[in-house]
Amino acid sequence: MYRFALGRLLQAIPVLLVVITVTFFLVHSAPGGPFSADKAVPPEVIKALEEQYNLNQPVWQQYIGYLGDVLRGDFGPSFKYSGRTVNELIGAGLPITAELALYAMLVALGVGITAGVGAAMRPNTLQDYLPMTGAMIGICMPSFLLGPLLVLIFGIHLDWLPVSGWGDIPGDKILPSITLGTGYAAYIARLSRGGMLEVLSQDYIRTARAKGLSERLIIVKHALRGGLIPVVAFLGPAFAGLLAGSFVVETIFQIPGMGRFYVQAAFNRDYTLILGMTIFLSTLIIVFNLLSDMLAIWLNPKLRHELEGAKS
Amino acid sequence: MNNSSSETTVMPDDQGTSLWQDAWIKLSKNRLALFGLAVLVTLILVSLLTPLIAPYGYEEQNLDMGATAPSLQHWLGTDIFGRDMLTRIMYGGRVSLMVGFIATAVALVIGILWGATAGFFGGRLDAVMMRIVDVLYALPFMIFIILLMVVFGRNILLLFLAIGAVEWLTMARIVRSQVMSLRNQEFVEAAHSLGLSQWTIIRRHIIPNTLGPVIVYTTLTIPSVMLLEAFLSFLGLGIQPPESSWGLLINYGVETMEEFPWLLIFPGIALSLTLFALNFLGDGLRDALDPRTSKD
Repeated sequence: MYRFALGRLLQAIPVLLVVITVTFFLVHSAPGGPFSADKAVPPEVIKALEEQYNLNQPVWQQYIGYLGDVLRGDFGPSFKYSGRTVNELIGAGLPITAELALYAMLVALGVGITAGVGAAMRPNTLQDYLPMTGAMIGICMPSFLLGPLLVLIFGIHLDWLPVSGWGDIPGDKILPSITLGTGYAAYIARLSRGGMLEVLSQDYIRTARAKGLSERLIIVKHALRGGLIPVVAFLGPAFAGLLAGSFVVETIFQIPGMGRFYVQAAFNRDYTLILGMTIFLSTLIIVFNLLSDMLAIWLNPKLRHELEGAKS
Repeated sequence: MNNSSSETTVMPDDQGTSLWQDAWIKLSKNRLALFGLAVLVTLILVSLLTPLIAPYGYEEQNLDMGATAPSLQHWLGTDIFGRDMLTRIMYGGRVSLMVGFIATAVALVIGILWGATAGFFGGRLDAVMMRIVDVLYALPFMIFIILLMVVFGRNILLLFLAIGAVEWLTMARIVRSQVMSLRNQEFVEAAHSLGLSQWTIIRRHIIPNTLGPVIVYTTLTIPSVMLLEAFLSFLGLGIQPPESSWGLLINYGVETMEEFPWLLIFPGIALSLTLFALNFLGDGLRDALDPRTSKD
């Protein structure tokens, strides 16, 4: 198990190196420099600026320099927000995006697992069909459609909830969290239903029933752990999806998180910011994939034994 | 993959059609899947015939009229430039569907070639090829596609390639595992011992048996690609005007949704309905083509 974890961790290093290298050269091959929009700037100033940002050096030298900086955790200054470093901007956006992602994940897990487990307990009844149809609708209702619709209904027509901002007015965190979480609630509902159905047909559940345990106890004590393994394995990819989803949700609700910074950096051609954020987000996603894989293996004794068997 | 033990009993006579007939019978009992199929066929027909059947011209605008609610002249209303929404949605659907189909086709070709090569030859080549897939899998592709669109401009051709380049990974894995498990099956051995040529075995036994999962995955890839395109277009990083797609129409609809909600709702319905239909069709095909369900 530990050896497997270590192996996966070591595997992540070349992946990260690929990410940094590809991102760096992609961004540097982009047509049009970051200062080309400011037409009125005299050439001397551009030269001075390029010197300040090391843009006058050959690309490979910049690459080596950048790689060294990144290893020390320094993403350099932002091109567009003068006087601020990429680290500062990430530091400003990260807590907000993390909070949004956390609430969305809570919505997704709470609604998804309840619906999925409920459906699995009574398959092919109304208790199964209703949530599963709802899940299908959730999957087919992307966040950039659901968000505006929720704003239209609850923000504008009913005037119940604020429609923008984050932490300014009470209740303004509700709509963004629901918008971001719904799609994942739908996936998790389907996954947990499938997982639970498989587990509930196993012999050890029949044994538990034969012992005369209550249905509730069977589900909570025996079935959930195995039945939710697919959900745990999905958490890593879901986290990556939540980050990408935050681009849209933060844009819709005007939340000053990382997603909004990223989209703005993309439009502004803020090279250092987009470079730094890509590397940072990639690292986060790789780490979370690793964690969710580990957790899924730890929960599944069969896989654990296979790994330990393979070791010797 | 242990799904072939039942398969060998289902089709011992190597009548390639029986699997498909069986699948069709199962599919035709699944009402939701049939509904999905009907929606898909309608969409394809409408997309092909759009220039002939669209009620108005694509460029036709009427600035004096502006945005109007749905009426007899304009069934789905008009946008702020007085353009007919039904026409806009039909043309936008062409682009959305085209992205869905072409990007999926790119993914299909790369994935099948990669997976079949790795699975058929096995050994060290397989190990290297699949390790490359593993590394690519770990990359956060959403971010990379955005980066690509930023760096190289928002080019529709690039969008096809970028999305296709992301989606082939799963296809390669599916095809590889299918080919590997089939290579050593008893019915393939039996075919060998009957003296069939390698090519005949590939054509009559390997390909028909890999086709099922490939078709299912393809059906499910198309909606996810369309969703990706709409996502990018919504952020302003995908399809650019004067071209139009459902994601872009939703983006415009959001800007004016307070006064003219139909500009958001109709393209939204078009996109959701299509995703709905394709997902149901994919689920139905999975049930129909999976030999394990034939016991029931």
